[in-house]
Amino acid sequence: MSSQANVLFDTPGPRARLRNNILTLLATVAILYALYAVYAKFDARGQWEGRIWQPFLEPYTWTGYIIPGLLGTLKAAGLGAVFALIFGAVFGIARLSDHRWIRLPAGMIVETFRAIPLLLLIFFLFYLAPSVLGGGDYTLIALVTGLALYNGSVLAEVVRAGIRAVPRGQAEAAYAIGLRKGGVMRLVLLPQAVTAMMPAIVSQLVVLLKDTALGYIIAYVDLLNYGFKIIPAVHFGSLIPAAIVIGVIYVGLNMALSALATWLEKRSRRSRKTSAKPVVPPGAAVAPGVGSSTKAIVD
Amino acid sequence: MDDLIKYAPDLLAGFLKNVQLSAVCAVLSLILGTVLVSMRVSPTPVLRAAGTAYVNIVRNTPLTLVLAFSALGLSDTLDVTFSDDPGSNSFWLVVLGLSLYTATFVCEALRSGINTVPMGQAEAARAIGLTFLQSLTMIILPQAFRAVIAPLGSVIIAMIKNTTVAIAAGYLAESAFVMKDTFDDTGVSIPIFLGIVVAFMIITLPIGFLTGWLANRLAVAR
Repeated sequence: MSSQANVLFDTPGPRARLRNNILTLLATVAILYALYAVYAKFDARGQWEGRIWQPFLEPYTWTGYIIPGLLGTLKAAGLGAVFALIFGAVFGIARLSDHRWIRLPAGMIVETFRAIPLLLLIFFLFYLAPSVLGGGDYTLIALVTGLALYNGSVLAEVVRAGIRAVPRGQAEAAYAIGLRKGGVMRLVLLPQAVTAMMPAIVSQLVVLLKDTALGYIIAYVDLLNYGFKIIPAVHFGSLIPAAIVIGVIYVGLNMALSALATWLEKRSRRSRKTSAKPVVPPGAAVAPGVGSSTKAIVD
Repeated sequence: MDDLIKYAPDLLAGFLKNVQLSAVCAVLSLILGTVLVSMRVSPTPVLRAAGTAYVNIVRNTPLTLVLAFSALGLSDTLDVTFSDDPGSNSFWLVVLGLSLYTATFVCEALRSGINTVPMGQAEAARAIGLTFLQSLTMIILPQAFRAVIAPLGSVIIAMIKNTTVAIAAGYLAESAFVMKDTFDDTGVSIPIFLGIVVAFMIITLPIGFLTGWLANRLAVAR
């Protein structure tokens, strides 16, 4: 952060510098104290013993537990993402249909699935599947279906917003050169909309990836399940080390995806492939008003 | 339909727990989110860094992990407990985890609200000699809040739906658990599922409309 372009506070003078230094000192002491309190608590409960951290140095902990768990998480996330994208594309376009009998039911379905708490949906599917399909292991199916229906509905809104963000003149010009409805959508609107909604889609995929952890509750064998149930059961007392390790993996994965979203957003802002403005991820930011100079106060 | 009527008292009691959790967490996460955003725009680099680190880490952690950790890690292993009664202990563990998690989203919403406040406002505040804290609390934050009422509404709605994840923290009294428990008894029942879903919609839809209406009404005219 540069000192000159700041809006909320001036370049500090002597008194403000002194005050800042005192505040920095106090804040540092407070943060160090908080870290120490955590350390002391861990120490008091014997969480620094080498015995419980030892398992994470053994290759088998990784090849036998963490990597299979990660693969389980990625499998659910991957399948969920594919189906959510299909659902989102179909219903997003259906909501823009000229026919009321397509538009209204599509709107109702999207709004309903968006309003259902995801865990309730997953539980429901988990209990529904055996009575419809007969016995078997439905954890993955329930998890993926729930993720796809919920995130697909959110993505449908993103798709709708993305197509609407393409200036009206584009569609008018396309009709004027004699394209039909399908052609206008496929050749003109969608390609531009996809560029505009890419960042929002990737942010929603981060949400989807995080939500795969709900599988833990219906005993789907994912990263969280290995970390909280299987590893502590095999290596007694290793719950907190395991939680820290899998926490780092989740945070790393999600941060990488978020970074991709930010990069895509920057790219599509200066892209000339689309005339549409980037779609804001649902539930997130409103359009920045002050722009560049206030960037300094928030970064 | 008979199942729904038969189990209605249990389901309602469960749903009221969701409402309680939502009310407490909404207040706590709004307060904590405001503190976090103040840290993130403050002139003290240490506070900024701490706020940014906290938000980035917690926001990217699955809520299920946060809540399961608060029960299995904090309470069972580290012995951080709120009450000797297991029910109320796990209630407050859920409140702790869900508020800490939701606060990061409140912080991000407010941060984008601060972005909408025109530079002139902050410059004028400085010009009349307000300190950072004064200009933040009297000029910037009031306008930022008004700009993000609708996104804050979405955050609160998401939080209300997230109270169902309380089951991961071993809190066995709210809707998701009651529904699962009932299904274990009777088998899957579509009316019960729909009943709970409608109950959630009765809470979340008005909040959506209300925040949308307030957002228009309180929008800062520029």
